[in-house]
Amino acid sequence: MDLYEYQGKQLFAKYGIPVSAGEVATTVDDAVAAADRVGYPVVVKAQVQVGGRGKAGGIKLAANADECRTHATSILGLDIKGHVVKILWIEQASDIASEYYASFTLDRAAKLHLGMLSAQGGVDIEQVAAESPDAIARIHVDPVDGLDEAKCREWVLAAGLDAAANDGAVELLLKLWHCYVAADCDLAEVNPLILKPDGKVHALDAKVTLDDNSVFRHPEYAEYDATQVRDERETAAHEKGLQYVGLEGYVGIIANGAGLAMSTVDIVSQVGGKPANFLDIGGGASAEVMTGALEVINNDPAVRSIFINIFGGITKGEEVANGIVEALKRVSIDAPIVIRLDGTNADEGRAILEPHLSDTLQIEPTMVAAAERVVELAKSRGGK
Amino acid sequence: MAIFVDENTLVVYQGLTGSQGKFYGLLNRDYGTQVVAGTNPKKAGTDVEGIPVFASVAEAVKETGANVSCVFIPAPGVKDAVLDAAAGGVELIVVITEGVPAHDEAWFYNKLRRDYPEVRLLGPNCPGIISPGKCNIGITAGHIAKEGGPVGIVSRSGTLTYQALYELKTNNIGVTTCVGIGGDPVPGTSFIDCLRAFEADPETKAVMMIGEIGGSAEEEAAAFIKAEMSKPVVSYVAGVTAPPGKKMGHAGAIVSGGKGTAAAKMEALADAGVQVALNPTEAGEKMVGVVAKL
Repeated sequence: MDLYEYQGKQLFAKYGIPVSAGEVATTVDDAVAAADRVGYPVVVKAQVQVGGRGKAGGIKLAANADECRTHATSILGLDIKGHVVKILWIEQASDIASEYYASFTLDRAAKLHLGMLSAQGGVDIEQVAAESPDAIARIHVDPVDGLDEAKCREWVLAAGLDAAANDGAVELLLKLWHCYVAADCDLAEVNPLILKPDGKVHALDAKVTLDDNSVFRHPEYAEYDATQVRDERETAAHEKGLQYVGLEGYVGIIANGAGLAMSTVDIVSQVGGKPANFLDIGGGASAEVMTGALEVINNDPAVRSIFINIFGGITKGEEVANGIVEALKRVSIDAPIVIRLDGTNADEGRAILEPHLSDTLQIEPTMVAAAERVVELAKSRGGK
Repeated sequence: MAIFVDENTLVVYQGLTGSQGKFYGLLNRDYGTQVVAGTNPKKAGTDVEGIPVFASVAEAVKETGANVSCVFIPAPGVKDAVLDAAAGGVELIVVITEGVPAHDEAWFYNKLRRDYPEVRLLGPNCPGIISPGKCNIGITAGHIAKEGGPVGIVSRSGTLTYQALYELKTNNIGVTTCVGIGGDPVPGTSFIDCLRAFEADPETKAVMMIGEIGGSAEEEAAAFIKAEMSKPVVSYVAGVTAPPGKKMGHAGAIVSGGKGTAAAKMEALADAGVQVALNPTEAGEKMVGVVAKL
């Protein structure tokens, strides 16, 4: 789960990491009132979970209430790469002597945590990484040992920051490490990390991704979940406990297992179709689960045909077939459906489906044949 | 021969008294797996359909000689369960549980590597391991696999593993061992561990490897195959057409450096001499061709 900048900063603040004082606002009047309390000059910052906010005009400096009003008016409702700005973060403007980059994340290849620190902070850090990888000081941290002050100092010195920043950076990075571990972050990134003219080191931005698997020990995640932006289809699926990702196409896809669902998306694309979604119904295929899945797909107006791709393992073919037949009694589906059912007792399952087959409920013996059929049906119904 | 587990494997199920542990533990026993014990500190001294329950893996090992543990404990308890198993003296710990926090996985992976270097961890979030006809540990439906050989399977995806087993069986091709390594960020056993074991196993003559988008495990496997594998490998990578995920921050992109896409993985595998299929069915067909030439 990705946090907004303001949520990331509030999280950082809980762990003692210095961030700018600020407030959240959702209306122009609130923004001005917040700025009055925070004290001018302020920075008016669009809260969207996408990069490139500054270049898109989503970050503006305001010296007084009039400017704050002007900027808040222009930024609220702004479309930044498809993300419409609904929330503003109004924070105290900072004087900047130097900009750095710092982050902790998991290095999956090394199976260790990885800290990265660079004296060349700012927006183009990926370019820095590509063109001069030596400009990023990297440290692998064994999760059993953690990061101690001596190792942290060695890392900071290797990064070649301004000498005046070293002590402050060590202190801040130890706190950032603590936050990364204690809050179960997949990513804790500060870009830029700044040195102020007064010698203080400060987190001017916050990019935090939390590990959804650790929700059980973080009840406070619920408030972040409530602010997540999902499309309508995803919200409906999320409520039914289904793994759903909305795509741009017109072939609705239901499969059991993430790998098979991904594979189904692949194969529909390979035969010239465009998948409308990725939907994994998990291990079983009960009438309840299948009904929920069909409802989610049916509510997507872009869907022209539906591909149900089930492989029976522990779940037997008869149970899958009965689930589908029962679900079709409960949901009225306009789009034609093509089923591919394989695995345990697939023949018995197909026999159950046989009397229900029609122009709008077809079955094909293989994944490829089913994909070709479902794409053909979609195209005959206007899918492009 | 098989890799990692065979007919002599004795298995203790951590969480045997829970609904999932009991369901699959008994299914595995029906398959022929030697299910010798369960653990639950609160139910020590009881049994589950004749399988004795102990307070810890150490006790189960002492009383039954169990040498492999299978974990069906809910995610919050997995970290402790893995340590209990390692300290208890088993050689292999198979963690089926999904939803384990990444920080826990990273922690116990490194803890085991340091304090129990002989112990192999498989998973978390994996379907388990099956040496058809000999031993089935986890949630794979055993009857979809044909016993014997000459193919070994290693896979990051559960349902695609079943699909692979089934396609081979349909084509009358047997499997020595099928290992589901799971798709989590820190898998205890890697593609390379399995490829190395298959390369050394005389009965395995060819390997099917099923990957997924994300991470760089397939690229690392490709480098290993190029340098050290003599046996033919057929591969499929799921997620060829997956849209790029919502990107947050830069750290991930800097770490991966362009790896992680299905296209990059398939290119690396093809470059290593692997036959790369575009879908699971084609992978089955390619393996039929490989086996015919053995």
